[in-house]
Amino acid sequence: MTPAIELIHIDKRFGAVHANKDVSLSIGQGSIHGIIGENGAGKSTLMSILFGFYAADSGEIKVRGKPIKIKSSSDAIAHGIGMVHQHFMLVDPFTVLENVVLGVEGGALIGPALTKARSELKRLAEEYEMDVEPDAIVGELPVGLQQRVEILKALYKGAEVLILDEPTGVLTPDEADHLFRILGTLRDQGKTVILITHKLREIMAITDHVSVMRRGEVVANLETKNTSVGELAEAMVGRSVLLHVEKSKASPGDVVLEVKNVTWRDRKNIARVDDVSFTVRRGEIVGIAGVSGNGQSELLDCIAGITTPSTGDIIFEGKSIGHLGDPRHLRQEGLAHVPEDRQHRGLITAFDASESAILGWQFEDELGKGFRLNRDLVIANCKKEMQDFDVRPSDPLLRSGKFSGGNQQKIILAREMSSNPDLLIVGQPTRGVDIGAIEFIHKRLIALRDQGKAILLVSVELDEIRSLSDRIIVMFAGRIMGERDANATERDIGLLMAGVQKDAA
Amino acid sequence: MSQRGDLPTWVDVGLIPLLNLLLALAAASVVFLLINENPIECLGIMIKGAVGSLKGWSYLLYYATNFIFTGLCVAVAFHAGLFNIGGEGQAYFAGLGAAIVGLNLEFLPWPIVIPLSIIASVLFGAFWGLVPGYLQAKRGSHIVITTIMFNFIASSLMVYLINYWFRPIGKMAVESREVTGAYILSFREIARQFFDYKYPASPLNLTVFLAFFVAWAVWYFLWRTKLGYEIRAVGLNQDAAVYAGIKPQRIIMIAMAVSGGLAGLVAVNEVLGAQHRLLLEYVQGAGFVGIAVALMGRNHPIGIVLAAMLFGLLYQGGTELSFAKQHINRDMVVVIQGLIILFMGALENAFRPYLTALFFKADD
Repeated sequence: MTPAIELIHIDKRFGAVHANKDVSLSIGQGSIHGIIGENGAGKSTLMSILFGFYAADSGEIKVRGKPIKIKSSSDAIAHGIGMVHQHFMLVDPFTVLENVVLGVEGGALIGPALTKARSELKRLAEEYEMDVEPDAIVGELPVGLQQRVEILKALYKGAEVLILDEPTGVLTPDEADHLFRILGTLRDQGKTVILITHKLREIMAITDHVSVMRRGEVVANLETKNTSVGELAEAMVGRSVLLHVEKSKASPGDVVLEVKNVTWRDRKNIARVDDVSFTVRRGEIVGIAGVSGNGQSELLDCIAGITTPSTGDIIFEGKSIGHLGDPRHLRQEGLAHVPEDRQHRGLITAFDASESAILGWQFEDELGKGFRLNRDLVIANCKKEMQDFDVRPSDPLLRSGKFSGGNQQKIILAREMSSNPDLLIVGQPTRGVDIGAIEFIHKRLIALRDQGKAILLVSVELDEIRSLSDRIIVMFAGRIMGERDANATERDIGLLMAGVQKDAA
Repeated sequence: MSQRGDLPTWVDVGLIPLLNLLLALAAASVVFLLINENPIECLGIMIKGAVGSLKGWSYLLYYATNFIFTGLCVAVAFHAGLFNIGGEGQAYFAGLGAAIVGLNLEFLPWPIVIPLSIIASVLFGAFWGLVPGYLQAKRGSHIVITTIMFNFIASSLMVYLINYWFRPIGKMAVESREVTGAYILSFREIARQFFDYKYPASPLNLTVFLAFFVAWAVWYFLWRTKLGYEIRAVGLNQDAAVYAGIKPQRIIMIAMAVSGGLAGLVAVNEVLGAQHRLLLEYVQGAGFVGIAVALMGRNHPIGIVLAAMLFGLLYQGGTELSFAKQHINRDMVVVIQGLIILFMGALENAFRPYLTALFFKADD
């Protein structure tokens, strides 16, 4: 059978970066093909070339055996290629129907297109078990359904090949399972699915074939049923990796942080954090699990002093800090914070690394007396931290934005850990970080715990929470659904994350 | 992964601006041709008029002094993420400070009066910047709108004050009496008093040294102090700044006050140094030229000094040109300025893709 898509000798450079090196790939019709690789391995570039965002420097693309030129995404759509982006391309205030016809309105009047779309949508929903209310406002739908709208949008435009870029990052385990069922149905109906991900488990669970990319090259093309998680991980990194963190049993000491009935309301007076209480002790890692958007970010902001709780209190080392709203004061008291969003908060991408490496600590006298900021000391500080955390390239004058995700995260961790904090709060320590760096970061967090420091960890990666935490708190819709110890099963925590409370009265 | 390769620094700060300048001059040549003038001759007159004599240089530096101050004013606000269009009004209002101190304390010796007047200029300018800064920080009133409006307020207020407060009774011209204590700033006066030398008549005065010093001070402030770091952090990424415990509202007010204070130094050059009196509309658009200067100088003090001198050259050269050629008036200079701003500011990156392609092709 002719393959659905053939990429032949695709080569692409961005200046000095060789993003795709002579990549050849063949994707069979009616199959689910996974593409995995670390950040910067070139998967997104390759798919962007296929979807017409970039033009390849050289190489050829064939769709169903025919060589074609893809100059823009509308070319790609015309050849039956659809893409579901990691960040949805939806107009929030529009209805599902209006979003679906976006770009294919077919005339000055919207009416006929909507009528046509309504019946077409109904057919698609039946065929692929993707029920969505056509008149619902997209912005009001849960994330899982918004993603479904994206898929419907692509199908409505006649996609035969569907590219999904990291589709499960925003989903609960349940929603992810549902998505996989939909993808299975699509395949059974003869559609071709390309799944880009860095999650090995998803590859194993759903794909038929898998291609592994490393540094711009395809290093392996495998049948999923003939491979293993270990083999794939090794192919991705180029060496065998420790997937499970070695750690000794925690020996918790005094309470460092006590969160007491904290509620935080947004401008619409909706409680995003709802009556949350817990404690963190010296020498333990407390993990907060939950699907993103269930109040974890707001809770972290309250503890870090970026916002103040509407009601309730936060006690840090015996002192009430809930009303302070002063991150700088809290840092001086020994509270370090690795924020969830490193690109927008953790560092300033336009600053050089040495300047980002003092963000939040710029007031310290060690960096210059009084009002002065001593450039030599700032650079020396950065050099030391870079060495300590193996940041590459170890160039304090390189712009922060030029480092890879993993190295940016190392710069932030080095900054926060080197302050010798009593409590470290960490949000998404390894989001978008490659496997090698994940291993390193996990080891450093455990080492900090073993020094008797308290760590509060928030992550949407259940594996990460389970392998690092000594106690696990699960949040759903702003509330704590339950607390489990480190041995809890994935299914147990998964249910709590979805808001199902088994042991509730 | 960067979208495009990085060009070597010398191309970035040397070759590209030079190409843009040449392109602007080429476009200006077309305009000269359209009015039947020889562009090479005209450009020659302009350049010779500005840098061909001590007098030319004096005027060039005098104009550049104003532009350095207003360029730095725009740059400091820009680094805090604010677009201060109010340099004109801040500079104008600062004249009030210079005049009040200069006129009322003239019984004191000049080494005391002049520093006090400078401080008063800075404080009055800073105040006129701080008010929009406060409105932005605390009330969310957009800084662009408020600073524009404050230009008009300053303009009307100053007309009133100069006419009813400062104009000596019986005098026809709407201006204050002379600030006699500040004559000493003038180069001509210094040359006459201390060196017995006849310096050509020009408004150049010691403030030009203050301008160079302040340019260095602004660089030091932004890149070598903790407050400067915080200002840049707020300007680049407010979320990250909040995370770092920096209070953006406070920084916005500080940055606007500093910005206004820098514009206020124009009053030192004009009211104290050059005119020795408070005149109507004495800023003459320098506040707006500052925006172009900062844009061209990429908001860096070195770039601003260079851009300010280029604009000083255009002003002085343009004046000479309008003397030399009967049917060229100063509007022609405005056209050339506009072209330079267009090519070096708005079309700054027009050449970049081609140069990048050229460079990386050469690499392969």
